[in-house]
Amino acid sequence: METSTKTEAIIQVRNLVVAYEERVILDNINLVIPRGETTVILGGSGCGKSTLLRHLIGLHKPESGNILVKGRDITQLGEQELSDILRKVGVVFQSSALFNSISVGDNVALPLREHTRLEESTIQIMTKIKLDMVGLSGYERFMPSELSGGMKKRAAFARAISMDPEILFCDEPSAGLDPIVAAGLDQLILKLKKALKMTIVVVTHEMASMYLIADHIIMLNGGKVIFTGTQEEFKKSQNDRVRQFIERRPEEYSEEEIGRYARALTTDSF
Amino acid sequence: MTENVSQRQGLFVQFFGWIGRLVLELFERVFFIYRLILDSLYWTFAAPLIGKGLRLGSAFDEMVKVGVNAVPIVGLISFSIGMILAMQSAYQLEQFGATIFTANLVAVAQTRELGPLMTAIIVAGRSGSGIAAEIGTMKVGEEIEALQSMGFNPIKFLVVPKLLALAVMVPCLTIISDFIGISGGISIAVFSLDLGFGRYLSATIFALVFKDIITGLIKSVVFAVLVGLTGCYMGFKVEGGAEGVGRRTTQSVVVSIFLIILADAFFTSLFYYLW
Ligand SMILES: Nc1ncnc2c1ncn2[C@@H]1O[C@H](COP(=O)(O)OP(=O)(O)O)[C@@H](O)[C@H]1O
Ligand SMILES: [Mg+2]
Repeated sequence: METSTKTEAIIQVRNLVVAYEERVILDNINLVIPRGETTVILGGSGCGKSTLLRHLIGLHKPESGNILVKGRDITQLGEQELSDILRKVGVVFQSSALFNSISVGDNVALPLREHTRLEESTIQIMTKIKLDMVGLSGYERFMPSELSGGMKKRAAFARAISMDPEILFCDEPSAGLDPIVAAGLDQLILKLKKALKMTIVVVTHEMASMYLIADHIIMLNGGKVIFTGTQEEFKKSQNDRVRQFIERRPEEYSEEEIGRYARALTTDSF
Repeated sequence: MTENVSQRQGLFVQFFGWIGRLVLELFERVFFIYRLILDSLYWTFAAPLIGKGLRLGSAFDEMVKVGVNAVPIVGLISFSIGMILAMQSAYQLEQFGATIFTANLVAVAQTRELGPLMTAIIVAGRSGSGIAAEIGTMKVGEEIEALQSMGFNPIKFLVVPKLLALAVMVPCLTIISDFIGISGGISIAVFSLDLGFGRYLSATIFALVFKDIITGLIKSVVFAVLVGLTGCYMGFKVEGGAEGVGRRTTQSVVVSIFLIILADAFFTSLFYYLW
């Protein structure tokens, strides 16, 4: 089905270096996100997945390196040009990030109201369509605080697709949700991909959801890209860290390390 | 011996490292404040002229929040302050048989000083902290990033409407405070000093000059902007979770009041010596 026909890259990251103060989080990263596919960015907690995502949407400027979105380097763009590119990008944040002071309907309608000159009645209809699509029909009037975690995520999806983006980013869609709700969100991603034919980039560490939605996998570890490829290639990979992820093996420490740790605990801390 | 030297060198390096980080952090803060002020000016005055819009709707909502809703508490406090002022002045003036000058003291003190000052302090406590908490909560909940990811400028969306609302409403509240404070003075004059309503009122009107009211209002606009900028700065500086919001909210009130007093001293001396 998915023989790797060379698809066109919609995002290209070249030699990206990101550091907070002196700590290097992403160390000279190169990667390509193919158009029209679902790319899953895998990696352990705190390895810089969200940081990478923030850079891909131009929220932060990197230490060095280039990020080309549809051929334009967003690290060099001014605010106005970046804003124009972002209109065709949707983002679902890890904590949903709905605007808590306005209703769910207004959250979804906000980009339309601000970026287009559509009639209010048209905006209402489009809002309704998007909410139907994510399974939140009739929730326009609800405030975000009245929704459950899974529903908030769905509303965030509706807001992210309100401008019919070409690229949809999701940061850990299933974080903090029970497996049933999480599975529902995976189905939603599949459905959106089918219906809207977008490029989707999902950041996660959930293997189950990765197997379900990924066409293309990128794995980060220790600030480096340690794997890129398809699911088959991923399963066959001999990389130690990849195997550890697949087999859910915990971090292994040598006797010596454990001994050092134990000594540090008993002596230094008092 | 060599160990001692290298240890001392280590301390040296640590010390200068510490100084260096402190200076860097200071620069970063100053730069952040500079950007905040510059961007706010741009999005308030320049951007609307080149058709980038001003969110008047939000500004109007904010006006209700910071202005209209604050009228009861500003009124209550101003009335009390007026009464206190009248009693304290009468206490001194009675000794010279000059109780009627209570009217002058209350009117001038209220319009030049206490009206603007008390109003600004109330607004700092009510709205400055509210602004810091609102923006801080949005920052913690990734809402600021969500705004940016939709191509919206947070300064335009969040800061400018609040600053506009404050700059318009704080002077209005100050005028209300002036009136009610003077009324508080009148109530004492009539009910306890036997001065008579008409006499006291005409003494008040005679005592006040245009300049008293204007200088008070100029100060109140400055206070308003200080409260707004401090609240926004603290909000954007929130890091971590809910306790970060709490800390910055408290700080916003303390710093606002400090800045208000500083600005008050500056402007009062300016008006005193130069006008
Ligand atoms: N604003 C920041 N300042 C300093 N360090 C940060 C900041 N944001 C993230 N980090 C650090 O960068 C690392 C990667 O964070 P993040 O991208 O959120 O990881 P992930 O999403 O993969 O769990 C973490 O160790 C975190 O402590
Ligand atoms: Mg993350």
